[in-house]
Amino acid sequence: MRKGQYRFVAGFLFVPVALYLIFVIWPYVQTFGYSLTDWKGQSQTFKFVGLDNYKALFQDDIFMGAIWHNILFLVFIPVITILLALFFAFMLNAGGRGRAGGVAGVAGSKFYKVVYFFPQVLSLAIMAVLFGAVYRSDSGGMLNGVLIKLGLVDAENPVEWLNEPSLVLWALILVVVWHGVGFYLVLFSAAMQSIPRDIYEAALIDGAGRAQSFFRITLPLLWESVQTAWVYLGIAAMDMFILVSTMTSGDYGGGPDHHSEVMATVMMRNFLLYGKSGYACAMGVIMLLLTLIVSVVMLRATRRDRIEF
Amino acid sequence: MGSNSAANNGSTGVGRRDLIKRSAALGLISVPTMSFLSACASGGGDDSTDDSQGKTSKSNPFGVQKNSKLDVVIFKGGYGDDYAKAWETSFQKKWGVTSTHTGTQEITGKLQPRFNAGNPPDIVDDSGAQQIPIDVLHKNGQLLDLAAVLDAPSIDDPSKKVRDTLIPGTLDAGMQENKVVALNYIYTVWGLWYSGKLFKEKGWEEPKTWADFLAICKDAKSQGIGGLAHQGKYPYYINVAIMDLIAKKGGLDAMKAIDNLDPKAFVGSEAAQAGVEAIYEVVEKGYLMPGTNGLTHTESQTRWNQYKAAFITCGSWLENEQLKQTPDDFDMKFMPMPLLPDSKLPYEAIRAGSGEPFIIPAKAKNLPAAKEFMRMMLSREWSTLFAKEANSLTIVKDGVDTNVQLRPGTQSTVVASKAAGDNTFRYLYTEWYSEMGTAIENASNELMAKRIQPKEWLKRAQAAVDKQAKDPASKKNHRD
Repeated sequence: MRKGQYRFVAGFLFVPVALYLIFVIWPYVQTFGYSLTDWKGQSQTFKFVGLDNYKALFQDDIFMGAIWHNILFLVFIPVITILLALFFAFMLNAGGRGRAGGVAGVAGSKFYKVVYFFPQVLSLAIMAVLFGAVYRSDSGGMLNGVLIKLGLVDAENPVEWLNEPSLVLWALILVVVWHGVGFYLVLFSAAMQSIPRDIYEAALIDGAGRAQSFFRITLPLLWESVQTAWVYLGIAAMDMFILVSTMTSGDYGGGPDHHSEVMATVMMRNFLLYGKSGYACAMGVIMLLLTLIVSVVMLRATRRDRIEF
Repeated sequence: MGSNSAANNGSTGVGRRDLIKRSAALGLISVPTMSFLSACASGGGDDSTDDSQGKTSKSNPFGVQKNSKLDVVIFKGGYGDDYAKAWETSFQKKWGVTSTHTGTQEITGKLQPRFNAGNPPDIVDDSGAQQIPIDVLHKNGQLLDLAAVLDAPSIDDPSKKVRDTLIPGTLDAGMQENKVVALNYIYTVWGLWYSGKLFKEKGWEEPKTWADFLAICKDAKSQGIGGLAHQGKYPYYINVAIMDLIAKKGGLDAMKAIDNLDPKAFVGSEAAQAGVEAIYEVVEKGYLMPGTNGLTHTESQTRWNQYKAAFITCGSWLENEQLKQTPDDFDMKFMPMPLLPDSKLPYEAIRAGSGEPFIIPAKAKNLPAAKEFMRMMLSREWSTLFAKEANSLTIVKDGVDTNVQLRPGTQSTVVASKAAGDNTFRYLYTEWYSEMGTAIENASNELMAKRIQPKEWLKRAQAAVDKQAKDPASKKNHRD
């Protein structure tokens, strides 16, 4: 760089970096400090307790269960969302086989693209209300109403979707997937459109079918977008606080009987309701560590040679 | 063809896309934790005492200083906050003290940073879903002992102390470690509710025994109406029913055993077993309103308003909460929990007590005015103001002018309270031990969904009690 340019750049960077240090890094440091105390959350008096909070954490069945649920989300949410988004994006961009020699989406793909994006413009809070009505546990619920009308469910014993230990996690995953597919579809679509048509046409001439052109051409050339999607979705799966805390039973959610608990809900309950704030800060630190590890592992595991075109 | 990002890569090492990707990922990591972490950010500094202390006199026992300022924070929930504005106007007229009024639902969000910074308001209505638990505030030394207010002369009758003008037992709920630190201002009764209209139509009578209650549920079910509705998403409500049955069956001793963390509070207690088995009978016989286990309080209460269930369990805020959903001829009625055989308490006995805790922070800037404000809350004039604006009773004895007309549900609670007389009871463990309360509620949720049996419920409730008893801090709470 030319002389003086560094100073110029640093001048612009100073404010954002300072903000980042004050509002992101410093709270992290503080949280770590608090996690070593028995802070009760409503005053500045506390004792230093060393690593006791962390020891207690690993004997806390509820928190351990919450980690497990986060791991389940981590596996299922990205896989299902990305597969669906890829499938739809492919069909919309290269799935059509109408005109001879041309590569285009299925009929009406422009319309579908807009429709698929709808869920993304809803905030998570609205989604929670919306799906609260879908999963409602009596005949007034959308699912139960339909199933009762069809005679598949007894009106006396409707399915309590969010109050069944075996269903609640799937019910939540469905919401996240429904919300996410549209966004990743658009992301993948954009990436697909930058793939040169000639490659497809060449493959077509060589007699490649839809599946072959997808696996041999689309997927490898999309890999970077998939990787990005994977990291985003993984991070979302490590959080899940808004949906779990508003849709499931219990204070800050997590019910029935801790079967949908995630780390963030356990942390909030301990922090605000039980007054075990130091302990909750230890949970926060563990959450941060796990999320960091997940992101690094995902970026490493999906690293591949870059293809330029 | 295609992009030329390779050229960019060559010179800087990190691709533009990579950079954006990584920084976005890093930013996202911070999102789930950040809002929480910022709550930790502590302020410091001590509050300096300003000149809010005036001269004391007989009519001004705390020495309110004219022209000082009072910082009032009110939970703006089911009762609104118009009553508090009316109070503040009246307060300013009398003392010349102007107040800053904050009506909010986010008590924790707004006040936790202020408590931590040593800069709390002067008086707070610490209620609602986002209240700061009283036990937590107390353990942090943030609450003023209200004895000074309660021992001051009453406004209506200066020969009496304030505490002698209140309904007996209503101060108990605000006790922590034998000190009254929160004034639970609203008088509340808990029990079952039904529609007078529905009962008249079907020819049902208010059931006095559990057997009669089950008979009505059975009849209701045969006509396609649910027996008992409860607010399943919040197991707090069904827990009220279970605990009331236990207290009425075993008397006050059974209740105190639970509050005092007795090793035989649940397992080995005949009353506890009878109580939980009675509720489970409702579940087993299918007398619950279908789907009620998963409904929120508004969903289930509205269903009940639509005559989909004969009974619902709730406290006396129910009528105010359901004002819009209740049909005009619904004739809402309150009744005590029906009796199990050989119960120690009579049918009329009800869980009664006080809710909506008002607190004065120990570090309030204007303590004299805050104390005087609370003393005036406990006058007949302000109590009537409250009844008018919020349609509810306060803990002041005969605290509402007779010319104020009450709604049918509230009126029926007045009748029930009179019939109960001294036969009232009130659990305190919910106030003392948030964590234990949550564990028992979870067990009740499982019981209602038939995933555990009464025996297992007793075991889990006892385990919660035993766990709480191990906490050294719990030794300081005891009731006789």
